[in-house]
This record gives sequence, C-alpha cells and structure tokens, in this order.
Amino acid sequence: MATKTSVPFNGTAAQEAKLREIIKAHQDDPGALMPVLQQAQEVYGYLPIEVQKIISDEMNIPLEKIYGVVTFYAQFSLYPKGKYNISVCLGTACYVKGSGDIYDKLQEILGIGDGECTADGKFSLEACRCIGACGLAPVLTVNEDVYGRLTTDKVKEVLAKYE
Amino acid sequence: MADINVKINGIPVTVPKGTTVLEAAHKAGIDIPTFCYMKEINEIGACRICMVEINEGRGFRLVASCVYPLAFEGTEILTNSPKVMDSRRKTLELILSTHEKKCLSCVRSGNCELQTLCNEMGIDHEEVYEGEKHVYEIDNSAVHMYRDNNKCILCRRCVAVCSKWQGVGVIGANERGFKTFIGSAFEMGLGETSCVSCGQCIAVCPVGALSEKDYTDTVFQAIADPTKHVIVQTAPAVRAALGEEFGYPIGTNVEGKMVAALRRLGFDDVFDTDWGADLTIMEEATEFIDRFKNGGKLPMMTSCSPGWVKYCEHYFPDLVDHLSSCKSPHQMLGAMAKTYYAEKIGKDPKDIIVVSVMPCTAKKFECQREDQNAAGVPDVDYVLTTRELARMIRRAGLKFTALPDEDFDNPLGISSGAGDIFGVTGGVMEAALRTAYCWLTGKDEVVEFKEIRGTDGIKRSEIDIDGTKIRVAVASGLKNAGELLTRVQNGEEKVDFIEIMACPGGCVNGGGQPQQPASVRNFEDLRVLRAKALYDEDAGKELRLSHMNPDIKKLYEEYLHTAGGHKSHKTLHTSYVKRSIN
Repeated sequence: MATKTSVPFNGTAAQEAKLREIIKAHQDDPGALMPVLQQAQEVYGYLPIEVQKIISDEMNIPLEKIYGVVTFYAQFSLYPKGKYNISVCLGTACYVKGSGDIYDKLQEILGIGDGECTADGKFSLEACRCIGACGLAPVLTVNEDVYGRLTTDKVKEVLAKYE
Repeated sequence: MADINVKINGIPVTVPKGTTVLEAAHKAGIDIPTFCYMKEINEIGACRICMVEINEGRGFRLVASCVYPLAFEGTEILTNSPKVMDSRRKTLELILSTHEKKCLSCVRSGNCELQTLCNEMGIDHEEVYEGEKHVYEIDNSAVHMYRDNNKCILCRRCVAVCSKWQGVGVIGANERGFKTFIGSAFEMGLGETSCVSCGQCIAVCPVGALSEKDYTDTVFQAIADPTKHVIVQTAPAVRAALGEEFGYPIGTNVEGKMVAALRRLGFDDVFDTDWGADLTIMEEATEFIDRFKNGGKLPMMTSCSPGWVKYCEHYFPDLVDHLSSCKSPHQMLGAMAKTYYAEKIGKDPKDIIVVSVMPCTAKKFECQREDQNAAGVPDVDYVLTTRELARMIRRAGLKFTALPDEDFDNPLGISSGAGDIFGVTGGVMEAALRTAYCWLTGKDEVVEFKEIRGTDGIKRSEIDIDGTKIRVAVASGLKNAGELLTRVQNGEEKVDFIEIMACPGGCVNGGGQPQQPASVRNFEDLRVLRAKALYDEDAGKELRLSHMNPDIKKLYEEYLHTAGGHKSHKTLHTSYVKRSIN
C-alpha cells in the first residue's frame, strides 16, 4: 500500500515554534484536538504528516486518530494550495452543462484528486458550489481568473496559460 | 440500584434500573443480534442491527438496545415485532450492498456473524440494493495478518480493542460517509505502523475482513516431505480453547485429543511448549536472582509475550534493557529441538522443521526475528494459531470428538504445572516465584501465589522469601502495561520483577484463539473460563515445579550444564531493538 504522496514539506522553524505554542496552550483542555488542528492549519495552510506527527507526539494521541479526524472533516486539508488554485464549479447549472466531465479531465491531466496539489506545488484542484456565473456555465476559476463556456477540449488551453 | 419491572415481549422481567435493553433481554433468554457493541469498550450504538421497539408510556418507537438503559417501571419492549424485523432486515441488506459476498472461499464461512445473522433473518436476496461498491486493495504488509476491507462492515470492534485494550491505536476510521474505511494513518500498511501483532483485532472481527496469514498448506506440505523431520509443539493456552472449535464448552481442556490429532496429522514428534516454559523458568529465575543479588537492571520484565516485547520496543524503547534476555518458551523448545534433540536423533538441523501451535499471532512475527536461530537456522519455522490447527484437523477429516486421549512425546514433552499456567496472566510470574522460592530457601515445596492470579489489569504483591522481599507486578492488556510502565519510569512505583502479557487475561485470550461471536463475548468472560482449565491442570499434577522436571534436569546434565551458562546464552537468550512509533 502506498503512502499518500504530497508536496515536499517546507515548514519553517518559526512555524514549528508557533505550533508547539498552540499545543501547549491547549494541553490541559479536554477535547483539545479540534482547536489545535484548526490553528495548526492556520499556521501551515494544511496538515501534512510532519505536522500531524508533532501533534501526535506532543499530545500523546495516536497518529491514526488524528488522521481519522483530519480526513473526516472537510475543513481540514492534507495538501497545500498550489501556486494556481483551480476551482471547478459543480453547482447545478454548471453540472448540468458538463462541469463534472471537466473536473474529471483536470484530475486526469494533473494526476491529482479532489483537494490535492501537484508534486511541484504548481496546481491544486478543488470543487466548489455556485459562484454566481451561471450564464457562463460550465465555469472554473484559476486563482482570480474566471473561465466560462468550457468544454473538455478547452481545459488544456486554460492550463497552458499558466505554464 | 433499585430494581424495576419491565415487560419484554409480554413476559415480565425484573432488572436493576439502568440495565440496558440488550442485557435485560439476555436475562429473559432472548438474544438480540449485535455487530458494533462490545461491552465497556465499544458502546457506540452505530450499526443499528440491535433495534427494538420500546414504549415508556408515550407509544412504541425504535431504539438501539445495546446502549439504551431501562429507566422506567412498566416499560414495554418488543424484540421481534414486524417493525423490528423490518428494520433489522433493511440494515442487513444495506450492509450486504457493500459487502464482498464471497462466502464460499471466505475463511470465516461457517462462523461469520454476518452470515449467521443473514441466515437467521431469512435474507433471501443478496443484492436488494445494487449500487456503487468500493474495491479495496488487501493489506498484506504485516507479517502476521491481512486486512480485506472489501469484507469490512465498519463495526469498529477492531478499532476499539486496538486503542482501548491495547493502547496502541494504529487503526481507525478514515474519511467519512460512504468513503469511510478502517485503516492506518496516511494509508500506511499495517506493517509500516507500530502495530504489535497481538491479533486482538482478528479475535473480535465478526466477519472475514481480518485474518492471520495462514500456513496450513505450507505445514501440510512439510509433513508430506519425506526428507524433513517435522516437530510440532503446542502452547499451554491452545489446549484450553481448541475444543471450542469442535463444540466443547468454553474452558474444556482437550490436551489428550489435541495430541492424538497432531499425531494423526502426521507430525513426527508432538512436543509440549510447557516443557519450553519449564526451561524458560530455569533461565529466567536464574537471570532474575542474578540481577536481584548482583545489582543488575531492575525491574526485570518477562519476555514471553512477543506482542508485549514489540510494544516495549516501540513505545518504551528506553526500557528494553529491562526485558529478560530469555527467548520465549516455544523459541527455546525450537532451539533445543534443533541442537540437543537433533544430536540425539542424528539429524541435521536443516532437515528439522519446527511448527508451533500458538494462541498468538505475534508469534508469527517473533519466529522471524533476528537472533532466534540457535542452530544457524530459525529455531521455529512456522507458527500456526489455534484456529489454523482447527482448520487442519477439519481438512484432514479427523473426527476430533471421537479421538482417544494421548500423551506428548519425549523427551521434550514432560512438563510441570508451573509450565501449564504460562498461558494465564500471572502464571509466568508464579512459575518463576515457585522456583525462586525453592532456590532461595533450599526447600523443594510448592508455594502458590494466588494474589497474582485473576483478571485484574494490574496486580501487585510483595513476596517475602525467608526475609528477602521481592516486589512484583503483573499486567495484562497493553494499555495496563503502558500505565504500569509509565509509573515505573517516573519513579512513582518501585518494583523488582514485572510480568506482562500483551493480551487481556494472558495467552488464553490471545489473538490466535477461536473467535467467539458477540453473543458469547458480551456475556461470558473467556479469560476466566479458559484460565480455569490451566489452573485445574496445574493443581492436578504431581510435578508442579519447573526445576523438578526430570527431562529438564537431564537436559542440563547432558547438554547445557548450568542455567545462565555459556551454552544457554548461545542458544536460549536473545536481544532486542529500539523502534519508533508510527
């Protein structure tokens, strides 16, 4: 079984010091895991194995228990946001117009799944609900740029702009 | 608490207030099916198979009986109304909709709790809810077992025992909703984690999702190979539980029939790991007295339970020097079989195969460890669980109940009562203390140490042997072990000698023992029933002191010379490593 791959970890000493402070601040609280994870994600932007291991060791909670919580809640991410974050609208109008196929195509081209980030840190992919541009359906955004009336054939062109 | 009167299916029942509906029904002679429920450690009311109708004065409604406490006088309960049956059947059909239904080739066919319940509930269509199914890769990464999530019903009993009994917690539920699966952090295989191989997860799994790696075919092949001399040995706890596989009441000692079965399976010698236990006591009591008198590392900790040893290496690596360097009894027997006995029968150790039948899955890991090869080849070649032995007996068509009672072969088959009780928490300590008592006082009398018997998680005692005070502690279940060791490590507790067994209650409740369904587990204490078989065997024996075992005496005269001597260290002792937590 393969361990999930991710972008190389680039945590700084300052981030780690901050994380340890957060854990210390919660050390006597019952049910401290959720707030610690939330604040850890604020520090790092996501919760990779390196961060979860520190939390596991310091809080004396098995790593699996932490991983179970992180994968249970949609608010936690195991992957950082890429330089370019692609957000595909799977709201009703876009979905009816085929955004599901576009989303699948992107996963295929980038080789990543929902919420994941390419190993070079360039693209991350997520699904979102209606962004209020139903007239342009199907729609995706790359950071602040909006692309509408897409087809699966046009996906490559969109990505090419960010090469 | 005060008693209240309730009615179950119209029959009056009196129970203490706060009793769950499930327990009250059991008392009234009604079995309500359960999947997720495990008394005290998994009371999550999640699987919804135990639904009943209850009326507490405001009309009937469905509740989960396993976690529903009875609070009101006159409460009415229906356990098999059409509404209850309909709910139960729908839940079952939904479980079946994602369950891989390869019953014919499933190791649990015949004693699968899901299969049994489908049968009882009259399920006549397996695919009522056709739809999306998961396809999971089988996790083969651990030495001792596999996980097949295609068969998992997400009851979480394995998760509960791993974290709440064993304090290990390397498995849990990942993701949510339809995507939920039981696994380890970051999709690591079990073999990459700090799993200690205890197998408690397998023992409580209701279906075929978890199972030991099966060596029955390999062993059948070894037996059929005319160039190999195949020796089998059985741990004490096996005889106390094997009978359950053939319809005997829990706690029946089937030693004689087990030996007869092994002989009929074609093993060349049928030896007793109890003999190895007696040998272990010679070495371990010597080691303890040496450490105790000469300022060695104390507390000394027993090393017979390989799940415990691995736990110590992962979770208390700074304490590995405290582990006795003695190999475990079956490894000692294997070592002697391939050296001392090999010389006696004029065989090359390479042509001897040693098969150990154990109540344990961690022994599968142990026999593959480094530094367990006295004759330059592994001391033990294959480890079978009690369950695998039962499979072999069935496959060979042996009518177990009709077999005669037979005795073990010699010279590695005679054992003392002290060797028998190795299979129970406190037994190794008691066996060692019996011998230490005799050696320190110079009197060969049998002293029983009853204060370290019983199923308490941690037991403590101070033994006074002619003015020498020895502080001992016994723990079973690794969570208890972890608590004890943390106290010892922090200096909160001073102890000289610690016995630890990984499984709660000791080997009799090992991860390789017959699987008892929830309907039995939740109402009977397997630990007590099986332990009794071994204490009874001990009490009924003339020979109850390891050092008085005539064949062990002969072994020292002819081969080893002195306990703890040079030859012993070369063949009967081992070493440990430090591991990390994953």
